[in-house]
Amino acid sequence: MPLRILVGCKRAIDYAVKVRNHFISETKFNLNNAKIQVKSDFSGVVTEGVKHALNPFDEIAMEEAVRLKEKKLASEVIAVSCGPAQSQDVLRTALALGADKAVHVEVPGKEYETLQPIHVSKILAKLAEQEKVDLIILGKQAIDDDCNQTGQMTAAVLNWPQATFASKLQITDGDKEATCEREIDGGLETIKIKLPAVITADLRLNTPRYATLPNIMKAKKKPLKKISPKDLGVDISPRQEIVRVAEPPKRQGGGKVSSSEELTERIKKLGVV
Amino acid sequence: MFRIKNLIRSGSGLARLKHTLVVVEHDNQKLSQITLNTVTAATKIPKNETVTCIVAGTECGKIAEEVSRIAGVNKVLVVDDANLNGFLPETVAPVLVDLQKKNNFTHIAFGSSAFGKNLMPRVAALLDVQPVSDIVGFDDENTFVRTIYAGNAIQTVRSKDPIKIFTVRGTAFEAAKTGSSSAAEVASAEITAKGSDQAIFVNQQLAKSDRPALNAAKVVIAGGRGLQNGENFKILYDLADTMNAAVGASRAAVDAGYVANDLQIGQTGKIVAPELYIAVGVSGAIQHLAGMKDSKTIAAINKDPEAPIFQVADLGLVGDLFKEVPVMTKMLKENK
Repeated sequence: MPLRILVGCKRAIDYAVKVRNHFISETKFNLNNAKIQVKSDFSGVVTEGVKHALNPFDEIAMEEAVRLKEKKLASEVIAVSCGPAQSQDVLRTALALGADKAVHVEVPGKEYETLQPIHVSKILAKLAEQEKVDLIILGKQAIDDDCNQTGQMTAAVLNWPQATFASKLQITDGDKEATCEREIDGGLETIKIKLPAVITADLRLNTPRYATLPNIMKAKKKPLKKISPKDLGVDISPRQEIVRVAEPPKRQGGGKVSSSEELTERIKKLGVV
Repeated sequence: MFRIKNLIRSGSGLARLKHTLVVVEHDNQKLSQITLNTVTAATKIPKNETVTCIVAGTECGKIAEEVSRIAGVNKVLVVDDANLNGFLPETVAPVLVDLQKKNNFTHIAFGSSAFGKNLMPRVAALLDVQPVSDIVGFDDENTFVRTIYAGNAIQTVRSKDPIKIFTVRGTAFEAAKTGSSSAAEVASAEITAKGSDQAIFVNQQLAKSDRPALNAAKVVIAGGRGLQNGENFKILYDLADTMNAAVGASRAAVDAGYVANDLQIGQTGKIVAPELYIAVGVSGAIQHLAGMKDSKTIAAINKDPEAPIFQVADLGLVGDLFKEVPVMTKMLKENK
C-alpha cells in the first residue's frame, strides 16, 4: 500500500537576505537584498517588507516526498504550514512542486511570534493522525530560528522512530521500513526505522526542482484547507519569552597583507603555529 | 503587602536548589570533546549546586571513570546496557526520561553535536518542555543566550518550563579540565534500557583522519570552491601539516564533492572558533560566516578583492591560492 506523506513547510526570510548588513554591504554578493535589521526596540528582527520563501530544508523535504510519489511509493503528499496568512504563499509553492493538497494551520502574527517547535510538533502529530500518514518529512532546521528540534519532537509526541539529518532515504521491506543514511559528526551512519516514522532532510538528500510556470498555475486549483490550532486541540500558549534580540558584536575586519611572505610572518607572530 | 510579596519572592527562590544533569557523549571507547565544554557550561549556570553526568552506553565503565575525573563533576550515574547499542534516540531518550523522573534535575544539558541535536528534542518533548538549542551563554538560571538567523542576531530567551533543557555550543565555553586526582562518586543509575524494534542501528562509515578534530583544533584551514577539485585540497593538507591544523570546507566545496560532508563549516555544518582560521578560496557567504566568525584571528586568501570574506578577515591576501599556499607551506617548513 503506497504511503501517505506529510511535509512541513515553513515560511522563512529568504536565505540570501542578510539579516544585518554590517559586513557584506555594497558588494556584488549583496544581491539587491532588502536590508533587514534588528528592531530598534530589540524585540526581534524586522520582517515586514522583506522577501520570504520556503525554508530551503523544507524544499528538500518536499522534493523527496514528490520523488517517492513519482516512484509510486507514495499515494498522496500533504503540505502543511503553521503561521500567518502569508504562509499560504509557501503552501502554493509546495503545491507547485508536486504536493497534492495543503493544510494551513493559521496562527495570527502576534501569536506566531511565540509559536515554537513544541507547538508545531503537537500540531503536526495531530494532523498526522487525522490524515493517517505513514511518513512525515521535515527539514532538519529552519534557517530563521536555527532550532533543529521540530522533527525530533514530533517523533516523540507520536512515539514514532526518527531519522534525522538524512542524506539518503530508501523505502525497504515492502513499505514497512525505511533505510536512512544520516550525516553525523565523523561521517555517515545507516539506520533502519519502522514506518510510520519521521525523517528530517539534510542538505545532501537531493537537489530540489524548480516550480515550472504550468505547475504554478495548476497549483492554484489544488485544495488548500485552513484550520486553527484550536480545531486540533493544541494549546499554543508561549513556553518561552523573548527577552531581547540584539546585534552580534561587530568584527573589525578588512586588514590586508601584501604577500604570502607577510601573511606567514604575521601568522607566526600569533604564536599558535 | 510589600513584605508579603517579598516573602513570596524569596520563598520561591529558596524553593529548589539547582541541579544540572549533563548527558555525556562518547562511543564507549572515547569521551567526546564537547562533553568537556558542556560540563563547563553546567558549572556556570547561575545558582547551580551540583553537576551530575549520565554515562549511558554498552560496556562504558571506562568512560564513567574518566568522567568522574572531570573538574566540576559531582556525581556520575551509569546506565550500562546492551540495548543502548548505536545510541539510538528511541532507546536513549526513555532512559533519560526515567532518570529525570527519579532525580528531578532543574537543568539538563547536552553538547550541540549531531548526537545532542538528535537526542535532546526527543527527550524534551517526552517531558513536555520547549528546549533551547545551541546556547552561547546565560543571563540567569532561566534565561539563555543563543544566535538566530545564521548568527546574524543574538536572542535572549527566558524559559517558563519547570525543567530547562538545552544544547551547548562547544566553542562558547572552555573545555573542563580532565584527569583530576579526586574522583566524583560513580553509581549505577538503576535504570534499565528497553530495546526498541522501531529503529535498528546498521553501521557507521567514519572518515579516518590523523589531523586534529575540527572542533578541537587551534588552527583550522578551510577550502572553498576556489580549490577547483578534490585533488587540489592536497595543498591545504600540506599547509595544515606544518601547523597541526584541522582542515574544513565551505558548503560549495562539499557539494561539489571535493571533500566529505563532515568537513563542512557553517550554519548547517560545524561551528568552529579556533585561534586562527585560514579561509582559502572561500568567498564568505553568510551561511559560511555563521560557522567561523567567532574565530580569534581570521586570515583569507582569495583572488577576488571583492569577496565578502575580506570584510571579516584580519589578514587578507588578494592572490592566487595555487601560488600563495605553497609559498606559505615552504616558509613554515623551513621554520621547523
